[in-house]
Amino acid sequence: MKRLGLYAAAAGFMIFAGFPFYWMLITAFKQNRDLYVGAFDTSHVPWIFNDPPTLEHVRLLFGQTDFLRWVGNTMLVVVAVVIITVVIAVPAGYSLARLTGRWGERVGMGIFFTYLIPPTLLFIPFSRVVALLGLQNSLGALILVYPTITIPFCTWLVMGFMRTVPWDIEEQAMIDGYSRLAVILRVAPRLILPGILTVVVFTFTLVMQEFVYALTFISSVDRMTVSLGVPIALVRGDVYHWGSLMAAALFTSIPLAVVYNLFIDRFIQGFTMGAVKG
Amino acid sequence: MDGVDLSIREGELVVLLGPSGCGKTTLLRMIAGLERPTSGEIFIGGERIDADVPPRARGIAMVFQSYALYPHRTVAQNIAFPLEASGMPRSQIAEKVRWAADMFGITPYLARYPRQLSGGERQRVALCRALVRDPKVFLLDEPLANLDAKLRNMARDELKRFQRQVKRTTVYVTHDQVEAMGLGDRIAVMDRGKVRQVGTPEQVYEDPVDTFVATFLGQPPMNLLELPGALLGFRPEHFLPAAYYGAREGLRSFPLAVRRVEYLGSDRYVYGNAAGAGATVIAKLPATIAMEIAEGTEMEFAVPERTLCYFDAATGARQRR
Amino acid sequence: MRRTLADREDVLGVAMLAPALAYIVLLVGVPFVLAILLSFSNASAGSLSFEWAGWRNYAAIIGDPIFLRALRNTAIVTIGSQVLVIVLATAAAQVFRATFRGKHLARLVLLLPWAVPVSLAAIAWTWIFDSTFSVLNWTLKATHLMHGWLYWLGDPGLALAAIIIVQAWRIFPFATVIVLAGLSSIPQDVVEASIVDGAGFWRRLFQVELPLLLPVVAVAVLFGVVYTATDLGVVYILTGGGPANTTQVLPTLAFQRGVLGADLGQGAAIAVFLLPFLIVFAALMLRLARRAEVGAR
Repeated sequence: MKRLGLYAAAAGFMIFAGFPFYWMLITAFKQNRDLYVGAFDTSHVPWIFNDPPTLEHVRLLFGQTDFLRWVGNTMLVVVAVVIITVVIAVPAGYSLARLTGRWGERVGMGIFFTYLIPPTLLFIPFSRVVALLGLQNSLGALILVYPTITIPFCTWLVMGFMRTVPWDIEEQAMIDGYSRLAVILRVAPRLILPGILTVVVFTFTLVMQEFVYALTFISSVDRMTVSLGVPIALVRGDVYHWGSLMAAALFTSIPLAVVYNLFIDRFIQGFTMGAVKG
Repeated sequence: MDGVDLSIREGELVVLLGPSGCGKTTLLRMIAGLERPTSGEIFIGGERIDADVPPRARGIAMVFQSYALYPHRTVAQNIAFPLEASGMPRSQIAEKVRWAADMFGITPYLARYPRQLSGGERQRVALCRALVRDPKVFLLDEPLANLDAKLRNMARDELKRFQRQVKRTTVYVTHDQVEAMGLGDRIAVMDRGKVRQVGTPEQVYEDPVDTFVATFLGQPPMNLLELPGALLGFRPEHFLPAAYYGAREGLRSFPLAVRRVEYLGSDRYVYGNAAGAGATVIAKLPATIAMEIAEGTEMEFAVPERTLCYFDAATGARQRR
Repeated sequence: MRRTLADREDVLGVAMLAPALAYIVLLVGVPFVLAILLSFSNASAGSLSFEWAGWRNYAAIIGDPIFLRALRNTAIVTIGSQVLVIVLATAAAQVFRATFRGKHLARLVLLLPWAVPVSLAAIAWTWIFDSTFSVLNWTLKATHLMHGWLYWLGDPGLALAAIIIVQAWRIFPFATVIVLAGLSSIPQDVVEASIVDGAGFWRRLFQVELPLLLPVVAVAVLFGVVYTATDLGVVYILTGGGPANTTQVLPTLAFQRGVLGADLGQGAAIAVFLLPFLIVFAALMLRLARRAEVGAR
């Protein structure tokens, strides 16, 4: 009996969390005449395919919109920001976990909390800084600004991750004759690799999810990122093509969801170790 | 668990003794109701306890190895918790807490938090919390394991006095055989889910039922020599220089090739090979036997025949001769 | 062998940390200070001028009914959604801490709202709340739970409710995951001791588990509050602040005035307004977490 209740509750939560995605899925592949039926008509069930599914929205999305261009823009930004973040945050995280002792912990906490400084505060001064640098309406602005989100977060992720790695191997290397620097350059990378992977993954997701700065800095449609373009620019003459819109949302969500699910444990570990015990 | 049949008398302190993984803690938890046996029955106070019966309805109280004190509650609140759970009126609770704290001498700590107490103090609080439920049975899971070695003797003494005072049946789990011998009215020696032997400390020590019990109890463990068809066992403290025994009846002597002598203050351990056999045997000489034992020499050692134990070489079972 | 620079842990430590610190100081710290300074100026995005304006911006917005409404909305949305999140996450954590078949699939689905970009989730919900085609309305009508019609995004009250729903929806998975992690970090023997001591499910939950969860929950609440109070995407896409500025929240208003309207001074003032509250709140939550954590050792 209790088991039944458990399954029912789990199902309830799953439905609440997941139904928008199911709705995305259905909308993306429904024929327009099956889609645009007023919801007050209770005889027509919107949750199922009443007419066979169609690929026309997908074709429209890929063929007649800037979607693919936005994907390209986003990928460019992702790659650049990932490189910047890995190069800067990974050594920082390692340093805070291994090399800086007590004051390092404090600094680590401080860095973590800069993550909480909202983009909706910084976008005001940034709009001026970006204009000053001549970066308005360019992806360069995003590449410059996104690390302010990813670096604090990932530094602290790496910190948390390093706490779970025992010191033995590095200490053994030092006893065996390596200098500290040599240990960092030769021994540590192998140990940190999973941490680096996590940084890459979370940077990827943070960049893909970002909306505020993109909205603030980018004005022309061909420069937009997916997160910005889809809700703002996938409108043709005041008409929302919901089929294509939902297709775009769906295709963007799926890889992110898969990636998130694979790495969620690492994130939690970092979170509970970093935020609480730090 | 592999077939355990154990009866415990009212008011006695039974120790479940064995190496890690032998199932002693599992058995304790089954009595507590924290784990279910796949088959078998548990009787507490003569009443059969169904596997469904929750711990709180079994009339038991448990002290965990880590003491498991509620870190967010004061000592007084810790002790009060089980009473609150049972629905006792608040005034009664306060009185009971005071009474229990008094009994253990922890009244000055009532307002403190567990993190502010030492290991020994925490143990007392844990016992207090257990006592306050007025249980029929106390279950203790290695409560001395987290104490400093120096404190353990005192704590053991306190524990025993406490148990004698409240006269409550107690089941105590430990892997430390010294603790077991010091505390138990009876000891159940366990290995790999089975109870090997149940008996008073004297019984399990002097009359072991197999090689496991024989070698588990005693520090250093009983010496076992391979003979044709049997294992010969004798305890290190009985294995003394023949010269010490002098001319006496009923001795069995061996030449011992002395390899090493350890001076440990109150005792000397002599490591050597006996009777040409490959295995090392140990002799334990108290400091009162002052005779010189030189490493690298051969010396005649003897052991009284009545203290010898014979074990079956294949099964390890004791052979009575 | 002498100690070389390559052995100096302190030097190496600072060297490896320096780029990150520099980045954060230059691109977070400086803009942060700049934002505060701007709020006291009458700068605009067009010119590079910076004239001191004292408290003028703040006085202006406090007198502005739209701002006050936005302030009120921000509070309502944040508090409303976070209360919902706490309830949902605690319940979901209880469900998901048990092992059952398909648990991994369930967890994947549960994480979707949080994994998805805010803007895409918002546009999906816009479609779900659409006045004509709302599948939500259809379901409510088909199950006879609703008799009229809900113009979700057209009615100020309903729109606010819609925003609250979306915020709760997207944040509760994160909170659930955090609570679950916290639950598994509670020492098992303390929980078992409470079982042996006679505590039933509810007493255990409220008197043993939740207090011990406090540090983790406090941080999760902090994040949830910050994510919601400073969020622009959901409101911007769902309602754009409308109808007629009735669902503006501080971030969207700051964007409207400061970025679109190029009035940096006022935009900054609006954006900075919440800052003291957030800082105090953060300090409070952290103190709560620290105190509970220290007590739990």
